[in-house]
Amino acid sequence: MAIVINKEKKRVDLTTEVQKISGIDIRSCLQCKKCSSGCPVSALTKVHPSDIIRGLQLNAGDKLFDSDLVWMCASCETCFERCPMKINMAAVMDALRILAVRNNASRQKGNVALFNKFFLKTVRMFGRTYDIGMIAAYKLGTSSYLKDTDKFPMMLLKGKIALTPSFKADKKYTNRIFARKHDRINS
Amino acid sequence: MKYAYYPGCSADSTARDQYMSVNEVATALNIELSELKGWTCCGSTPAHHTDKNLSIALPAANLLMAKKTGLDMVVFCAACYNRMKAANHEIKTNPDIRKDIAAALGEDYDGSVKVHHFVEVLLKDIGAKKIQNAFTHSLDGLKVASYYGCLLVRPHDVTQFDDPENPVLLDELVTLMGGESVDWPHKVECCGGGFALTRTDIVLELSDSILNMAKASGAQCMAVACPMCQINLDMRQADINETKSRDYNLPVVYITQLLGLCLGVSPKKLGMDKCVVSPKPIIELVRTAE
Repeated sequence: MAIVINKEKKRVDLTTEVQKISGIDIRSCLQCKKCSSGCPVSALTKVHPSDIIRGLQLNAGDKLFDSDLVWMCASCETCFERCPMKINMAAVMDALRILAVRNNASRQKGNVALFNKFFLKTVRMFGRTYDIGMIAAYKLGTSSYLKDTDKFPMMLLKGKIALTPSFKADKKYTNRIFARKHDRINS
Repeated sequence: MKYAYYPGCSADSTARDQYMSVNEVATALNIELSELKGWTCCGSTPAHHTDKNLSIALPAANLLMAKKTGLDMVVFCAACYNRMKAANHEIKTNPDIRKDIAAALGEDYDGSVKVHHFVEVLLKDIGAKKIQNAFTHSLDGLKVASYYGCLLVRPHDVTQFDDPENPVLLDELVTLMGGESVDWPHKVECCGGGFALTRTDIVLELSDSILNMAKASGAQCMAVACPMCQINLDMRQADINETKSRDYNLPVVYITQLLGLCLGVSPKKLGMDKCVVSPKPIIELVRTAE
């Protein structure tokens, strides 16, 4: 993929920010493209892992937020496992997603960021996830009511999904963790 | 042997069958799994998508609870296993993170609790011989594709589970049960994991390629060790058949369900009625092969 760098002023110094959050020195990438070859979703995306690193090396800035890979990466970590320079690409992708949400720049199919928010909300409320609550909230948020409607009666019948949340979690630590992270997660 | 058992959230919900079968196998083999009282969510993928310290603090809370029991931790869910190992790794290698996590938890945790996958406990702590002696039934040559997925094996530096490209622990158990472990190349491919709800299209694509390879390799069923892989590969077969004109009807079961059958546990107690693709052919085969 050709990487086009615009010279106009960027909102975010993404390269510095990504390196700060991930702790990864992206300069060590040799562009061998082993990450892209092994990436299971690269057949479905326009942008591949090695393009992301190259973009960061060239300080392409916040246009990288629009790369389809950012929210299509399944965090399978094949890229990291196979990187000859031991670059933790999965951590780089995490950093990009964190920054995309922080900069209000995550507008993609599926709205994974919204799912993450509701997932963590149920963890905050109950100390554990609550599937039905999380799924209902996500469906309301994305207006995807009709998707998978055939699955729920079957799952309920088979006892494959819990009707009620669990109240067995000891929230001593989670309450502290979420109280401390409050501003960052619920923003 | 006694361990602090961390079942993970899916054990309460979509992977009840995993929870049931792990408990049955443990009981049959005299492994004492003492469920960690008050355990909380590990944060899974949404946490590491959102905040690095959150993604370490959530599993660390459980590791701290385990430390107080003085026992090693046992996990079955591959995602929880991965997050526990990642938390230990970060806390042990990064003093700043350790300090931050101590502040988040209100107590210092040193990253020292040993975390094992249940399959590791079986093969490394209990041993093949003892397990084999306990079998009352056999898989009788059943062709099984052992599927490991991502989070058990990657990144190897962190999980230390088995070979990251060609793991064999599940295959060893299959062989031990008298099954034929098929040699196939998609053992550690990704099923789409946590995209089950958000990007089902990706799950269908990736799971299709795995099912396709399992079928082409002659597998009669797949054995898994991760609740997300199980639900994606099992429940999504109907959607893949519909959207991609396939005709999959491949049972996808937990390795512990196969072990349970061979240990003489009833399919009902192993939660096998919860599988979407019916595992009836496997159950009948094992029943007739004493």
